[in-house]
Amino acid sequence: MTQVRVTVDGVNYADEVEPRLLLAQYLRETLGKTGTLIGCDTSNCGACTVHLNGRSVKSCSVLAVQADGGEVTTIEGLARDGQLHPVQEAFRECHGLQCGYCTPGMIMAAVDLLGDNPDPTEHEVREGIEGNLCRCTGYQNIVRSVQSAAKNMKPGAVAQNAPVAGGGN
Amino acid sequence: MTTTAEPTTTEIGKSRVRKEDARLIAGRSRYTDSITPPGTLHIAVVRTTLARATITSIDKSEAEKSPGVHGVYTAADLGAEAVGMPCAWPVTPDQKAPQRPVLGIGRVSFSGEGVAVVVARSMAEAKDAAELVEVDYDPQDAILDMEAASKDGADLVHPDLGTNVSATWQFDSKAMGTGDSVDDAIKEAESDPDSIVVRRRFRQQRLIPAFMEPRSCVVDPTGEQITIWSATQVPHILRTMTTVTLGIPESKLRVIAPDVGGGFGGKIGVLPEEMLCVLLAQKLGKPVKWTETRSESMLTAHHGRDQIQDLTITAKKDGTITGLDVHLLADMGSYLGLVGPGVPILGAFMFNAIYKIPALKFTCSNVFTNKTLTDAYRGAGRPEATFGIERMMDELAVELGRDPMELREQNWISHEEFPFTTVAGLTYDTGNYEQATARAMELFDYAGLRREQEERKRSGDPVQLGIGISTFTEMCGLAPSRVLGSLDYGAGGWEAASIRMLATGKVEVITGASAHGQGHETAFSQIVADQLGVPFEDVEILHGDTQVSPKGLDTYGSRSLVVGGIAIVNAAEKVVAKAKKIAAHLLEASEDDLEFANGTFTVKGTDKGKAIQEIAFATFMAHDYPEDMEPSLDSDAVFDPENFSYPHGTHLAAMEVDTDTGRVTLRNYVCVDDIGNVINPLIVEGQVHGGLAQGIAQALFEEANYDEQGTLVNATFVDYTIPSAADLPSFTTESMSTAATSNKLGVKGVGEAGTIASTPAIVNGVLDAIRHLGVTEIEMPTTSQRVWRALQVAKGGNPMETPSDTHSPGAGLGSIDPNNPKGEVL
Ligand code: FES
Ligand code: FES
Repeated sequence: MTQVRVTVDGVNYADEVEPRLLLAQYLRETLGKTGTLIGCDTSNCGACTVHLNGRSVKSCSVLAVQADGGEVTTIEGLARDGQLHPVQEAFRECHGLQCGYCTPGMIMAAVDLLGDNPDPTEHEVREGIEGNLCRCTGYQNIVRSVQSAAKNMKPGAVAQNAPVAGGGN
Repeated sequence: MTTTAEPTTTEIGKSRVRKEDARLIAGRSRYTDSITPPGTLHIAVVRTTLARATITSIDKSEAEKSPGVHGVYTAADLGAEAVGMPCAWPVTPDQKAPQRPVLGIGRVSFSGEGVAVVVARSMAEAKDAAELVEVDYDPQDAILDMEAASKDGADLVHPDLGTNVSATWQFDSKAMGTGDSVDDAIKEAESDPDSIVVRRRFRQQRLIPAFMEPRSCVVDPTGEQITIWSATQVPHILRTMTTVTLGIPESKLRVIAPDVGGGFGGKIGVLPEEMLCVLLAQKLGKPVKWTETRSESMLTAHHGRDQIQDLTITAKKDGTITGLDVHLLADMGSYLGLVGPGVPILGAFMFNAIYKIPALKFTCSNVFTNKTLTDAYRGAGRPEATFGIERMMDELAVELGRDPMELREQNWISHEEFPFTTVAGLTYDTGNYEQATARAMELFDYAGLRREQEERKRSGDPVQLGIGISTFTEMCGLAPSRVLGSLDYGAGGWEAASIRMLATGKVEVITGASAHGQGHETAFSQIVADQLGVPFEDVEILHGDTQVSPKGLDTYGSRSLVVGGIAIVNAAEKVVAKAKKIAAHLLEASEDDLEFANGTFTVKGTDKGKAIQEIAFATFMAHDYPEDMEPSLDSDAVFDPENFSYPHGTHLAAMEVDTDTGRVTLRNYVCVDDIGNVINPLIVEGQVHGGLAQGIAQALFEEANYDEQGTLVNATFVDYTIPSAADLPSFTTESMSTAATSNKLGVKGVGEAGTIASTPAIVNGVLDAIRHLGVTEIEMPTTSQRVWRALQVAKGGNPMETPSDTHSPGAGLGSIDPNNPKGEVL
């Protein structure tokens, strides 16, 4: 057993863990942060994406002990003062989710993407979330969600509902 | 205000954002693997890597000593040797069905089959111990080629059955009295210089549903009822089938499907692992949990498709189709799934599609091989049929030198001809193929793209353009119970609903349709809000727990709205009828003088009225109500449809093929679907997008590949290439509506449309781009490698310059290109 000290969604934790325990499992099983999900065993699906020290990581590809001393944000800690993050809002407004299984990871990846590129083109969004798989949506409304969030996050932007009807772009 | 009792429509047709999402976007989810009652034991299944072998010994001793282990069990140790997993669809009276054990007994029949199970305190300990179970096998050559397996004298997957052919099912329009004789049509066409006979063989490759949430099951035996949480599409069927399989009374079982992360037919089964959890929980008296890894899921969750289609179409040289003969071989894998044998049969009624074909014969043989079993996958039988006929229409057009759209139009049912009874005996109630097609062609710029195509052909552009067409229909809303009965299906097709009016005016709606991402809670709330005139927010949809929703047949076959939704409407009408009686009593008016609109009963010509919420409260108080009534507004309904519904649409794909590299690019995709009346356009659009992605993925990316030993070689997301966002474009989707007449809402269903329609559109487009270069057929998925090879062969070049394509029916590396293992095309 090894000791790990981390801050997760603003709360400090200290635990003795098995060295092989994945961060994803630590979050889910030790801390009960079941909002973070696991979809594969080869680090391909991105369902487990969280932020570690401000950057998105696939928490199934990080050992819990590697997060020692770090700060983790999960989907459960993304809202601030009861206010959903604009990316969360956009996913709801633009129907960016169906079964919801890819959603926590997708949102965490999208937040990171918009940190790097606040005004991505459709192509840039598609490339940017390539590491997160969704089997339900065909991605079109996910792309729309991310671009709509980008618009709403621009300084001075008034949060507004994204267009919902009609197809194509 | 309306003057009839018809509900005013304010919610139906609105793009409501989904109720479900508030939780899901915040990580407030409850998928099965997130449920772990105190004291839960975890299981890991010891699986064989061999496709066909006898088990000579199992040594559990090391595993039993491993830390945290409670026990290691074989089927014999659990006394489960006689347990067989259920198959609910004996398609013929003499269907051959092997026992499908919970764990292999004496032999294994596919790579991934369980042979023992380890129970431990943690999942990690269970997995560690599973590695220590020593199993010795005597391996035999795997039987992988369904065509060879179907022949007399073939080596047998299940020797005691005496054959690899589970069943041969036939539909003949002549014998059924629904049409002419196909044999005559072929004979006539062969001897008539003014007719043509076109024969083709198509392959429907094997696919993996690949829902994002791995399957999981938790069984808690500590209550009076055994509680099963499962990541399933079919909690009600799972409960009944657990009784059938293990003999536990249904009344002692409670099944809960909490949040379920996608299914697409892939979670329609009843699993050996679910039964193992029940058996172990009973034996150990503790909650027992199983969650599969992704690789386990790819190996053992049922696959879809996998057919060889031999089709013969006959036509007059003027383009009029005279007959269609369909011969299918369908690979069942090593066992029969819950509804697996019926999946290809569902296609029988869809091969004639939207066309007036006077003679149809359909013959399907279901064949055993040493592979993972196959069962429903989005569309289930109908995508295969649609692919066959839509590819065949293009082939016929080529043979006749006709424009493929024009040829379709010549043969399809025109909008004046509805209702139309087809050669398969189904009555299509409504549709307008002309309208959908005209709109799709306009959005697509069909004429412009045809001009560009010609220009590129003429200039010898290395990137050629192809236009792919699919004018599809499907049968949705499974299903009229009597039709299922006539097909020997082991259940009905009705759906149940209940509505409870709470004292405070809130409404609880219980549905037997169990959602796993479709947005039932939102769409059903919209329906009930309109029916009862209550606010959308006041409607709560309850589902997926057999103690809450005791009656239901769950979610598959685009049935939730078309069957389940109508049951809800019927229940709501009963609520309104009861409320009206009480309203009349309280208002001291005759029922005939009351009108109901926007949730209020009003005495005609006065301003006297009562809201339905007031009636609900008065009914709860029960101080004053009519003598001939019970004090309750609550109502139940079970709806059994009389007919299927028949959505249709026109799908067009612009495909670019780089003739130097074989690279295929989907440039533009347009579809116009008639799904009847639309409850929520936002949800509909999402269903279409997701369906398209899966159908396109079949055409371009996905295939479950087995090697010569019968090992699934792409059993991870590294190798099995479900598309990412970067692999797909945005689609142009529109809907139009001819209301269904078979149900009160006029709805047709949308869950499978995109998947059914898109696959042939893509492949037709790829071939259309390079047919003039001599390419006549490319198997799916049409990867760069396959396209490039087809181009080399057509040129008379040597396709063997790169590593050989070992793909042959049932064996080989298939589409995996060592230089491009992900089969990337974009
Ligand atoms: S669970 Fe981490 S990438 Fe799939
Ligand atoms: S919403 Fe189901 S996997 Fe993305």
